[in-house]
Amino acid sequence: MRGPPGRIRVGSHRVNQPLVEIRDLAYTYRDGTAALRGISFAIGRGESVGIIGANGAGKSTLLLHLVGCLCATAGRVTISGTPVRPDTLAAIRRSVGLVFQNPDDQLFMPTVRDDVAFGPRNQGLPEADVAQRVREALAAVDADGLIDRPPYRLSGGEKRAASIATVLAMSPEILVLDEPTAGLDPRARRHVIGLLNRLDHTRIVASHDLDLICEVCPRVILMRHGQVAADSSCQIVFGQRDLLAECGLELPLSMQGCPRCGSR
Amino acid sequence: MRQVETALQDLACLDDLAEGCSWLHRIEARAKIVVTMVYVVVVASWPPRAVVELLPLAAYPLVLFLGARLPVRILRRPMLVALLLAGAVGAANPLLDREPLRVGTGLVIAGGWLSLASIGLRAVLCVSAALALIATTGMGRLAHGLKRLGVPRIAVTQLLFLYRYAFLLGSIVHSMSRARELRGCGRPLQMAAYGPLVGHLLLRTLDRAERIHQAMRCRGFQGDVPVGGEARFRWGDWWFLIGWCILFMLLRSGPCVARLGEFVSGVIA
Repeated sequence: MRGPPGRIRVGSHRVNQPLVEIRDLAYTYRDGTAALRGISFAIGRGESVGIIGANGAGKSTLLLHLVGCLCATAGRVTISGTPVRPDTLAAIRRSVGLVFQNPDDQLFMPTVRDDVAFGPRNQGLPEADVAQRVREALAAVDADGLIDRPPYRLSGGEKRAASIATVLAMSPEILVLDEPTAGLDPRARRHVIGLLNRLDHTRIVASHDLDLICEVCPRVILMRHGQVAADSSCQIVFGQRDLLAECGLELPLSMQGCPRCGSR
Repeated sequence: MRQVETALQDLACLDDLAEGCSWLHRIEARAKIVVTMVYVVVVASWPPRAVVELLPLAAYPLVLFLGARLPVRILRRPMLVALLLAGAVGAANPLLDREPLRVGTGLVIAGGWLSLASIGLRAVLCVSAALALIATTGMGRLAHGLKRLGVPRIAVTQLLFLYRYAFLLGSIVHSMSRARELRGCGRPLQMAAYGPLVGHLLLRTLDRAERIHQAMRCRGFQGDVPVGGEARFRWGDWWFLIGWCILFMLLRSGPCVARLGEFVSGVIA
């Protein structure tokens, strides 16, 4: 199915009661780069959605709009019916937690305990509740033992787990993750995948790791040049080998099959 | 660039030491900060040529190092830097101040040499006290203590971030320098290459600062780094604070050492 010129669409996902609604979102950076060009989609409560696309497709720019770090040039973003605007940012950021691509951007306090407690303390919670949130968030990512460690002493996988805990401690309704497995070894990557599958939040995961997306996200939004090229189930999108190639991507390794006999 | 790496390792070593469990580690951060500040003021307040008078003040860092079982090696580099700085500050003293002074049993030296030695000794005392404070408290608790003492929040935030990101920037400098070395065919870095290197580092730092700020705003940051945990002043903290302050005042206000000497001589006689 093809849309307007220059815009390919495969399927269109219908959501009855959208938790996240993006309508005609456009964003142009100061240097004139049009990163998003009229994106529209909706995400329902409890969904796990993968955002995929080549470098420069606009994935990270899109994620930054969900937490109000960037303000749309045109169009609008609403979370639970609340539009993302400067006056609603406090409420938006209570319900949307963004895990940045680089954990070193996320972990800025002297110890993991202080870092995980940073959000709950800013929410004005009593110290006893903060301590409980810290314990629970670290337990959720199997990082209890890291509580008193300084972030610079953690391995890549530990940093990633701790940075997810910093967001979980704020009890967000929606979890947004930017390249959660970037730079991780297979074991740490497997740990993150297991962790993401255990969480029952609404999840939006932007990644180049298509195997991760296959395992975590039943729905996939494929982006190209700041537009949605496809929005459908994982099987349908990854069944479009030509479309993936056109968007600068390859089939996930798990779907590529044996290079000799072609069997899967 | 190996120096940057070593300096960062030394800094990380202080973090490890701060996780100790001696009685000095358990003293509340505010008590240690106030005592160290009073100590620095008392050390700085002696007349320019005081050397022997300063020696009893070495008791404070000595007690901290022995009480917390801190290794003396952590002093090596900071002390070297402090002594170099002190040497630079007082280098002209022996030339400008040539007044002959009798020291001890009859040795006569110029006043300038005494004041130079005094500056060096003060640097050693203050640096060792400051290092002992960090090594028994940890930067996080130190920052929280400063905030509770009323230090402006912007200064505390700066301190926390400087400490956290010193490691990261250090590793960036290290990797940039290594990348240059690998393509430098053994030639030393020319002055002209420093400009782009520093400029690149600055741009990367600004970029990172922006992302960190975004991450903080996403988690509710509105200009103030929240301080957590209960920090109650216990009896031990009061004793530590009052005891040391009284001792410093006594050492500063009267010739205690001389009186002690007279007392000991009297007892012996």
